[in-house]
Amino acid sequence: MVATTVKMEKASDLISKLQALLSMKAWKLKTKQQELLIRVSILLLVYVLAFITRLFSVLRYESMIHEFDPYFNYRTTLYLTQNGFYEFWNWFDSESWYPLGRIIGGTLYPGLMVTAAVIYWTLRFLRFAVHIREVCVLTAPFFASNTTLVAYFFGKELWDSGAGLVAAALIAICPGYISRSVAGSYDNEGVAIFALLLTFYLFVKAVKTGLLAWALASAFGYFYMVSAWGGYVFIINLIPLYVLVLLVTGRYSMRLYVAYNCMYILGMLLAMQIRFVGFQHVQSGEHMAAMGVFFLMQVFYFLDWVKHQLNDPKLFHAFLRITVSSAVGLGAIALGLGTASGYISPWTGRFYSLLDPTYAKDHIPIIASVSEHQPTAWSSFMFDFHILLILFPAGLYFCFKRLSDATIFIVMYGLTSMYFAGVMVRLILVATPAVCLISAIAVSATIKNLTQLVREKPKTTHSGSAKGTTGTKTSSKGSFDQSLPFQKNGAIALLLGVFYLLSRYAIHCTWVTSEAYSSPSIVLAARGAHGNRIIFDDYREAYFWLRQNTPPDAKVMSWWDYGYQITAMGNRTVIVDNNTWNNTHIATVGRAMSSYEDEAYEIMQSLDVDYVLVVFGGVTGYSSDDINKFLWMVRIGGGVFPVIKEPDYLVNGEYRVDKGAAPKMLNCLMYKLSYYRFGELTTEFGKPPGYDRARGVEIGNKDVKLEYLEEAFTTSNWIVRIYKVKPPNNRW
Amino acid sequence: MLLNLNSAAMEASGRRPRLLLQICLIFSTLILTFFSPVVRSSSTLDLQILSAERRVDLSSHIIRVSLTLKVENVGTSPASEILLAFSPAQVDHLAWIKAGALVGKKRKKSSLPLDVKPSNILDGPNGTKYYSVFFTSQLGSGESVSLEVLYVLTHSLEPFPVEISQSESQLVYFRDSAVILSPYHIKSQETSFRTPTNKVESFTRVEPTDRSGTELKYGPYEERPSYSYSPVIIHFENNNPFAVVEELVREIEISHWGNLQITDHYKLAHAGARQKGGFSRVEYQSKQPFGGSASFKHLLAELPPRVHSVYYRDDIGNISSSRLRIGAKKSELLIEPRYPLFGGWKATFVIGYGVPVHDYLFESADGSRYLSYSFGCPLAETVVDKLTIKVVLPEGSEDPSAVIPFQVEQRLEKKHSYLDVVGRTVLVLEKKNVVPDHNSPFQVHYKFNPVFMLAEPLMLVLGFFLLFVASIAYLHMDIAIRKS
Repeated sequence: MVATTVKMEKASDLISKLQALLSMKAWKLKTKQQELLIRVSILLLVYVLAFITRLFSVLRYESMIHEFDPYFNYRTTLYLTQNGFYEFWNWFDSESWYPLGRIIGGTLYPGLMVTAAVIYWTLRFLRFAVHIREVCVLTAPFFASNTTLVAYFFGKELWDSGAGLVAAALIAICPGYISRSVAGSYDNEGVAIFALLLTFYLFVKAVKTGLLAWALASAFGYFYMVSAWGGYVFIINLIPLYVLVLLVTGRYSMRLYVAYNCMYILGMLLAMQIRFVGFQHVQSGEHMAAMGVFFLMQVFYFLDWVKHQLNDPKLFHAFLRITVSSAVGLGAIALGLGTASGYISPWTGRFYSLLDPTYAKDHIPIIASVSEHQPTAWSSFMFDFHILLILFPAGLYFCFKRLSDATIFIVMYGLTSMYFAGVMVRLILVATPAVCLISAIAVSATIKNLTQLVREKPKTTHSGSAKGTTGTKTSSKGSFDQSLPFQKNGAIALLLGVFYLLSRYAIHCTWVTSEAYSSPSIVLAARGAHGNRIIFDDYREAYFWLRQNTPPDAKVMSWWDYGYQITAMGNRTVIVDNNTWNNTHIATVGRAMSSYEDEAYEIMQSLDVDYVLVVFGGVTGYSSDDINKFLWMVRIGGGVFPVIKEPDYLVNGEYRVDKGAAPKMLNCLMYKLSYYRFGELTTEFGKPPGYDRARGVEIGNKDVKLEYLEEAFTTSNWIVRIYKVKPPNNRW
Repeated sequence: MLLNLNSAAMEASGRRPRLLLQICLIFSTLILTFFSPVVRSSSTLDLQILSAERRVDLSSHIIRVSLTLKVENVGTSPASEILLAFSPAQVDHLAWIKAGALVGKKRKKSSLPLDVKPSNILDGPNGTKYYSVFFTSQLGSGESVSLEVLYVLTHSLEPFPVEISQSESQLVYFRDSAVILSPYHIKSQETSFRTPTNKVESFTRVEPTDRSGTELKYGPYEERPSYSYSPVIIHFENNNPFAVVEELVREIEISHWGNLQITDHYKLAHAGARQKGGFSRVEYQSKQPFGGSASFKHLLAELPPRVHSVYYRDDIGNISSSRLRIGAKKSELLIEPRYPLFGGWKATFVIGYGVPVHDYLFESADGSRYLSYSFGCPLAETVVDKLTIKVVLPEGSEDPSAVIPFQVEQRLEKKHSYLDVVGRTVLVLEKKNVVPDHNSPFQVHYKFNPVFMLAEPLMLVLGFFLLFVASIAYLHMDIAIRKS
């Protein structure tokens, strides 16, 4: 069904061909009105489609928040709606990062929470008694729908309204975007992509028109983006780069001057209002490019004025040499002084890892340990873009053929974001709008050319009547191609080919959305032996147990992946969580997990730990459990505490848990907690007891004895195991 | 706003035709209560219990006691009531009491319900509290009558040991008296206790005492004077689920468009012996009947027939472990909390469902509507410590009043739901210590004008209409300062 809808949208130009037929009948609409009607209804369909295609997860599972980070966002949104904005802004959260705590208001991008809260308050005001959870679940699809509108306008600005429609349809179902915006994926990216594209669109519009109003609007778009996601750094570097390219290619104009200055100055001032960003625009190395370009712009303007005043090329050249060299020199000195004095902070590790993909692996294990920070595999490009990967170069070709300020922008956006997408899997998301827009140009231009060829014949027979709406720049090409044989049949075949490709794209997108991107990862589903669906709801079982049956001030130690979920669902204090701001603290937990029990007990005592939570997949064969993540704990722990050495846990460089495992491995806390009393259990028929299904081996240490901890709770499929830390022994 | 109305008075306002009878009843009650101290002084000591038989059922954590009395008036003046005495410990845990007069001969015995009220006599020895049972007609001098009293005690089993480990079975104490506490002389009596299993650790002997199987028999005792008391302690095994709903908030939302939405918020706890040490999943899985004998993992909720859109969830989402069987007489929902409940463990959850409104909403002769729904908790064999029923009436309804067969606290609230402007009137009924025996229908009467049903659709229509008008106006308006 989705496939046909998309096909229909793609066929907008075909439909416009039908207008000729329609207009012959009694329909009294003017051609322009018909076009508007079709355009609006297609946009409306795309808008609805973008929303409903993201609802697979709600239908398959339930209206719930997915993954890890969204749980933090949900918790903060809940706090915001319950306590109001000021409380939220000044919130010191003592439930995470025990005993340090976390200043929530100053360490998050509040855009998402405020957006959801505003939607919630609006609905409440209109007397819709919705729950905040439903609002949070549906925020991402709602913004995805809005993104399609922005994509339409952007495409219209870049090429024409046909390309805009195609862009809207492509982005509505593009898996690269859906992966981060399905219902329940309540994360910053959900609204940030909308804000990103909106800012770019408004800026391009501002450059095109030179109107202050658009520049102002783009500054506000930028402000929204800054409030929503750390990815705003991409904007503040791409736009100066674009301006620089325009300057270099001699496309400097007053319009550009107005647009950039207004956008930069206002955008910067507005962005400083976000506490997490603060003075970074003037103090951090990542934002210096924008400032440099800003000053360059002033120099350019000044030179332009001097040139105008002097009216003497020779004198001007001499002046130019002096000014440019002194300006560059001044800038370099200022930057050098700023960096040396520590006023301008150097680039952060995350930024370095973008420029140098191997950087994180060597220097920051905590970034490298996250799967979404890995370099992208070719297959995932194909998976997320499908035919867009082929259409992208074609679109670039069209853009170069019709170079303008706007197309230069989209080319630069496309190329840079493609590079970043190659460096980090998660940045495919940023590339998606560019890829969709550029591909839309390719599709639209191709179809337009082909349909014109197809319509050649009727034009000669029913002269006049076929003069459709889209026939704008046909003449020269049409007459040139007339000489080619079979050109009409060829064009029809090519058109069919394009529609086939597009329908494959629609099918692929729907399949990917339903199979790959719509599982909440909190509830695991598997197929049983009889084809029935088995639900593993162990995470929530454990979190709810924590919430109900432990003291309200209990501190739970777990690997940082589960921190947000424990605080949001279990409502208990955690030692570390997914906001990996303090590497030492995480390393301490990593050290405790990889130490012997008595050493770990001392660490846990010093952190006031009451419960330890581990995730274990040995019974169900769930592979992303703590034993498989364990080497990262060792690495991160060892990065800070040299006592922990990775080779101690390996045998000949091999990671094993069976009899041949390293002795330290067999006796470290993580191993003991995961496999406690597991040796008594038969997991699979025909296998010895203690057979680990996730790793396919019989475990090496079946007789695990715990001295300082006791089993407090294990979920029904053993996925989550919670241990209680015993109080110290009486000394007498 | 607090409406603390006498239930009898409310009944009178609801049903006009039987008003006369009601007034007579109230009047007689008033007279009786007014004169009762006078009557008592002459009659209480003049009654004598010829024979008493008490059967105490200890098989679950809700203790059901049935008491059969044969009473004779040995005084000179006629008696109108008989007093039932309870020790102060018991009266706090007394959830429900019912009395009936046994009429007819052996085979065709039937019970005639009698009025039972807490008596306002305060000066019982050692804090004894009384309940009065009123005879339908006065008991004349020398006459005798057979009575049957049923009452239910909650929270009366005290786990000992207080903490047990996972595999141990749960032992409890029950404290009572071997003889019946009564302000009257009892000629002959006997008491029997029924334990859930054969396993009885110990019991106090008050000869003659006899134990066979699950039956523990005290008596017969002859000629015991008034206020005799001989404490006994029975220590026995009881592994039945000690399911206690600490708080149940039940919301019944009436929609005249055809649905009655019921939402129950539960705070469930295992009130038995506390869990000691950890919980071992291996033991729980492998030694199924003994791996956690004192725990329970599922509960049965009895829902009305024709129930639809049932959900079972908690604060963090849907709980996938439940089964629903819909029948013609009743529907059964087997719910499993996220984890098995051991002693002291808690679980909160919400069960919600809809039923067709015309099964429960009726129109009385004078044009007012009334809802008749079952009071109490749908979970089988559970005690509800605090039950709050919120009847959410449709927007625009007036004069709510409730008719309930027992004393509850009432008040009014406002609630805003979808598209409400003035808010809905909510009648809140609160009762403590509710047992399954309270599951009898109650009525809520209110006046409602059907025109209000159209308010919300009309509002939506108006909203969309204004939206369209605004967009048409916007398209036709030119607000530019300078014409381009």
